[in-house]
Amino acid sequence: MIAIIKYNAGNIRSVQNALKRLGCESIITDDKKEIISADKVIFPGVGEAGSAMRYLREKDLDELIISLKQPVLGICLGQQLMCRYSEEGDTKCMGIFDSDVRLFPQVDTVPHMGWNNFFSLKGVLFESISATDDVYYVHSYYPEISSCTTAVCDYILPFSAAMQKENFYATQFHPEKSAATGERILKNFLEL
Amino acid sequence: MLKRRIIPCLDIRDGRTVKGVNFVNLKDAGDPVELAKIYAGHGADELVFLDITATIENRKVLAGLVERIAAEINIPFTVGGGIHGIEDVSLMLQAGADKITINSSAVRRPELISEIAGEFGSQCVVVAIDTKDHENDWIVFIDGGRTPTRHRALDWAKKVASLGAGEILLTSMNNDGTKEGFALDITGDVSRHVNIPVIASGGAGKMEHFRDVFFNTGCSAALAASIFHYGEIDIRELKQYLKKEKIAVRPAPFPLKGV
Repeated sequence: MIAIIKYNAGNIRSVQNALKRLGCESIITDDKKEIISADKVIFPGVGEAGSAMRYLREKDLDELIISLKQPVLGICLGQQLMCRYSEEGDTKCMGIFDSDVRLFPQVDTVPHMGWNNFFSLKGVLFESISATDDVYYVHSYYPEISSCTTAVCDYILPFSAAMQKENFYATQFHPEKSAATGERILKNFLEL
Repeated sequence: MLKRRIIPCLDIRDGRTVKGVNFVNLKDAGDPVELAKIYAGHGADELVFLDITATIENRKVLAGLVERIAAEINIPFTVGGGIHGIEDVSLMLQAGADKITINSSAVRRPELISEIAGEFGSQCVVVAIDTKDHENDWIVFIDGGRTPTRHRALDWAKKVASLGAGEILLTSMNNDGTKEGFALDITGDVSRHVNIPVIASGGAGKMEHFRDVFFNTGCSAALAASIFHYGEIDIRELKQYLKKEKIAVRPAPFPLKGV
């Protein structure tokens, strides 16, 4: 069973819909036992880093996520909260990835919204995916490049489009909204 | 490289698509979900659904439709029509919409923009601006283009951006329905002066019009309705054409046959 972590962030059901299209059942839950016993955990989200992190701390979900041993996939805000720190709301995050999250300089359109590709793809998540494939992004803050970076996107400046450390995987883009390319990436995660 | 987006718009009445559609393989031409799946398969980058009746009774019908769309479609979509407050937004987002669009209600009560952005994030707030050129003054209209306001398009665009809108859907009423091309002047002006993405709308008739609006203005996306519904322009063909014209677009997912 796949557990999708329920918290005060939007767009969680679209992940469940995407899994269902791939023939995979999932539960949206904040129940610790259900999360710990799940085969895989997805930590999605669209929202504001400060209030999301506060909510996770109140429910002790931050410690729980850090302690998970099964494959975990953070998406968008999920990825950002798995970093060390976010400039959004001056927020201390979980620190799984050695990377900080910064606001895009306002020299081009912000948010970075729409379809963009990526490069320097590493790891199983990008099996059968090429650097010319496009995925859907919508964000105003970006995770810096670090040793955990497994895909780079260039918008205003290069940033981490995806990261991995041990059992923790994350993407800044939304695989659940990224047509066939996104479905392939989700499938690669489900097959881990 | 960030791609320019192509966005088909579907008008909805009582949960059904309004404009006639002539796709050969469509089982039910009035079913927005069937149509949306075809567009997504053809490489549409996003979809917009506008409920043109938008009464309170219809809101439940619309929410039901949004749930079906969200279950079937693997690209982002926006829902608009009759959204007056946070509860309406919440209903649509919970049903699975990625973004909502507001127009008249934002002019009547601009704080609505910041309320929605504060509650759900700027990324889900698309402010639609209908504007008409009157003696070189682009005036904002509301109520489906029936009521002029005191706002000028550029000033209103800047204002909505400062209130937390995530995107602007800019329709030139002078161009809408003419099939003579997008309004390059006001689209260029607004795109230059706001820092959020602008979707150009109104006037698409030929593939060249999409090239022109992308080439001459800084808009992020172009929206059209009837030319897609009536099959006058195939999105797959449009994407191939734009690529050849050196406009960065996401390629259609499947190679075109027989074109």
